[in-house]
Amino acid sequence: MNESMLSEFWRNSLHHRSFVIGLILSFIMLFTGLLSLFWTPFPVELLDIPHKLESPSAKHWLGTDHFGRDVFSMLMVGAWNSMLVSVFAIGFGSLIGVPLGALAAAKRGWVEETVMRFNDFAFAFPALLTAVMLSAVYGPGTINSVLAIGIFNIPVFARITRGSALSIYKREFILAARTAGKGEFQIAVEHIFPNIVSVLIVQVTIQFALGILAEAGLSYLGLGTQPPIPSWGKMLSEAQTMMFFAPQLAILPGLAIVLTVLGLNLLGDGLRDILDPRLSRVR
Amino acid sequence: MSIFLAKRFFALVITLLVASLVIFFLMEILPGDPASIILGVGAQEDTLAALRTEMGLNNSAPERYFRWISGILSGDFGRSYTYDIPVSTLILERLSLSLPLALLAISLSTLLAIPIGVLAVANHKRIADTGIMGLAQLGVAVPNFWFAILLILFFSVKLGWFSAGGFAGWEMGLAAALKSLTLPAISLALPQAAILARVTRSAVLETVREDFVRTARAKGLSRNAALWKHAFRNALIPVVTILGLQLSFLLAGTIIIENVFYLPGLGRLLFQAIAQRDLVVVKNIVILLAATVVIINFLVDMCYVAIDPRLRGGRA
Repeated sequence: MNESMLSEFWRNSLHHRSFVIGLILSFIMLFTGLLSLFWTPFPVELLDIPHKLESPSAKHWLGTDHFGRDVFSMLMVGAWNSMLVSVFAIGFGSLIGVPLGALAAAKRGWVEETVMRFNDFAFAFPALLTAVMLSAVYGPGTINSVLAIGIFNIPVFARITRGSALSIYKREFILAARTAGKGEFQIAVEHIFPNIVSVLIVQVTIQFALGILAEAGLSYLGLGTQPPIPSWGKMLSEAQTMMFFAPQLAILPGLAIVLTVLGLNLLGDGLRDILDPRLSRVR
Repeated sequence: MSIFLAKRFFALVITLLVASLVIFFLMEILPGDPASIILGVGAQEDTLAALRTEMGLNNSAPERYFRWISGILSGDFGRSYTYDIPVSTLILERLSLSLPLALLAISLSTLLAIPIGVLAVANHKRIADTGIMGLAQLGVAVPNFWFAILLILFFSVKLGWFSAGGFAGWEMGLAAALKSLTLPAISLALPQAAILARVTRSAVLETVREDFVRTARAKGLSRNAALWKHAFRNALIPVVTILGLQLSFLLAGTIIIENVFYLPGLGRLLFQAIAQRDLVVVKNIVILLAATVVIINFLVDMCYVAIDPRLRGGRA
């Protein structure tokens, strides 16, 4: 992307309402997560039983939980963990899925058929089922979440890469590249990939949002991030037992999840409209 | 049609075969000794040996795999270590809750989402459309288990209309049982309805601009009749695709939701089996759920053929 294209992209983006709202929400979450690495109002492992279940105050902005831990600090660290799991999972899924999809589109025939059958098979395992199997045998943990969400993302990226790459392979400039003597790998890297990267970026944003939701679900069930590291899902499952006297604890982590996922979805919708108007949803 | 169906059926069998191999490999071969996982680190050697014999772990891996698969095909899923009853009995007992819950949720979601999606098209670019789509955007971002917690907070804690969890049991009467399934079904259905409404809206919006819809209007059909009979029918393929995918996600969703409401269904059984390291139960429920997903996808393909007559010509 050269400089004039970049400035045009920003000009279009700043007029797109979904994109701007999504960008702001995502930026707030990213900033909060990053900040938690250097600073939180209170250390999250600090138990302060005499001050348990306090309401929001100047000292504890969002109150404290049943161990007297500062809820705002826990949400900050939770944001970072949630994003980290999702980033690694989507990275894992796309690093395997994209080359597989590209291979299917480039080779066609039995290679394509095999890759697509593998996709059908991987779709049979929602992230939760994979996490269940891994946890039953190896015990629950963050790595299980990453693997489970990552495996589910492989076919998602393989499908979208194959679909987009197939339409590029039909174009004349690919024929020209072949005539010029370029090899399959060189064509894929130099011509196919730059032309499908915008579709992939949009998909990454959407899958990232789904990854956040999946991570929250797994840690809610106790299959993901383990205590004492705070996670949004775990905070919700702990809060459920205290709903009658501390309902706020069951609301705040959920709001954090919704705002993050909403932000990423809006960002994804916006990016899709801006980067590739042909893919834009029907208005 | 037969070529299309035969190809899909062949793919179905292969997928099920590979899925069973992967589950077997992950849960029986990779961990080394399943008996020591079930009994834990402090187990006595003679207890371990007895369990290995009981589970047939002394046989070779291929032998164990074939015994497992032939057992499943004849309805024998093995014996649960913690409950000491056949896994098939356990599964059937728990399905009597999970299956009605899943059906209730998918019916609720479909009955809500499709009219809402079409309504949005009928009011395209008006307030109703914007409002519906805004709500749908929000609905997609809400995790179902948090939505469930909010429902409990409002309807159980604040209003006291429903219990916060548990299942009355079918023997207490249909009304009591359905009452305990109402909040779980709503929490499963609404986030799914948000996605389905969005898909329905965009699919119908695409077909509503087609010439055949204009023709239908020109020959005197009312706007609503043209929308439902022509535009909606032709928008069914993407809607059915998403519905099929949602059924798969619903199965995963019930695992979480049954835990939120402490419902004694298949999902809760699976979750408890993990905590108790009852690998026989976990392995069999996982294959059952994976097979259900694959079979649902196959049925979705069947639906394509029913919806789109062009597929009957053998083209796939």
